[in-house]
Amino acid sequence: MKQVTATGSTVDEAISQALKELNAKKEQVEISIIDEGKKGLLGIFGSRPAIVKVTLKIDPIEEAKKFIIDVCKQMDIDVQIETEIDGRQVYMNLITEKVGLLIGKRGRTLNALQSLTQLVLNKYADQFMIVTLDAENYRDRREESLRILANRLAKKVQRERREISLEPMPSYERRIIHTELADHEHVKTYSVGQDPNRHIVIAPK
Amino acid sequence: MERLIETIVKPLVDHPEDVQVEAREEAGRITYELSVHESDIGKVIGKQGRIANAIRTILYSYAHTRTDKKVYLEILD
Repeated sequence: MKQVTATGSTVDEAISQALKELNAKKEQVEISIIDEGKKGLLGIFGSRPAIVKVTLKIDPIEEAKKFIIDVCKQMDIDVQIETEIDGRQVYMNLITEKVGLLIGKRGRTLNALQSLTQLVLNKYADQFMIVTLDAENYRDRREESLRILANRLAKKVQRERREISLEPMPSYERRIIHTELADHEHVKTYSVGQDPNRHIVIAPK
Repeated sequence: MERLIETIVKPLVDHPEDVQVEAREEAGRITYELSVHESDIGKVIGKQGRIANAIRTILYSYAHTRTDKKVYLEILD
């Protein structure tokens, strides 16, 4: 959980400084006073700043889940979430009857929701976290079809001896294709362009 | 639709109370105008418009199920 230590000439000042840094309200934090500070003589000699430690009580995972549920509700999608946390990786499986709508064409909607969820998560997390949203094993199925696509296009490149550009994909999907063809004897892969239009090119070696 | 936009945007910004969405309807199209606190504009647009595009993707996929009209999202800055 996020925590900051702040100083100020008074305890109140130190607290408001900390709240500003955390971008939080007083109800959302736990405050412990480390040093009440001392005014000192004439406010100059022997003065000591007040020091407070302020901890954000908001659970980033809960905020992320709430975000997904709220957004889905507005899209008329009832969703339940199973969460697995492994270090900085958060995996969330979304269970719903309207899987198609939630995933979208080539995972577009799911990917958009994933990147927004990641922002919400990292607004409150004290270390950078990476979230993966999944629904009905979409990620595994997508990985499998990207592998098949990669091998099919590699054959075509080899046969026709010319480069082939793929459609734009997010980085984790490009990685699947790079990895799949990394040891290929006859073709090489590289990416061109800027996200979100960055795409893979498969070329003869 | 306005509620959906607000639900997405409010948790992303530092000043949720300043999030406003207004719909402008013309023939065959609806444009949603999103305004946020000045210091939050970057937070809803993102690098190369990445965040804005993610918001649009979700909005459009829902809009398809609700209306035949073309839906647009404009971020006022």
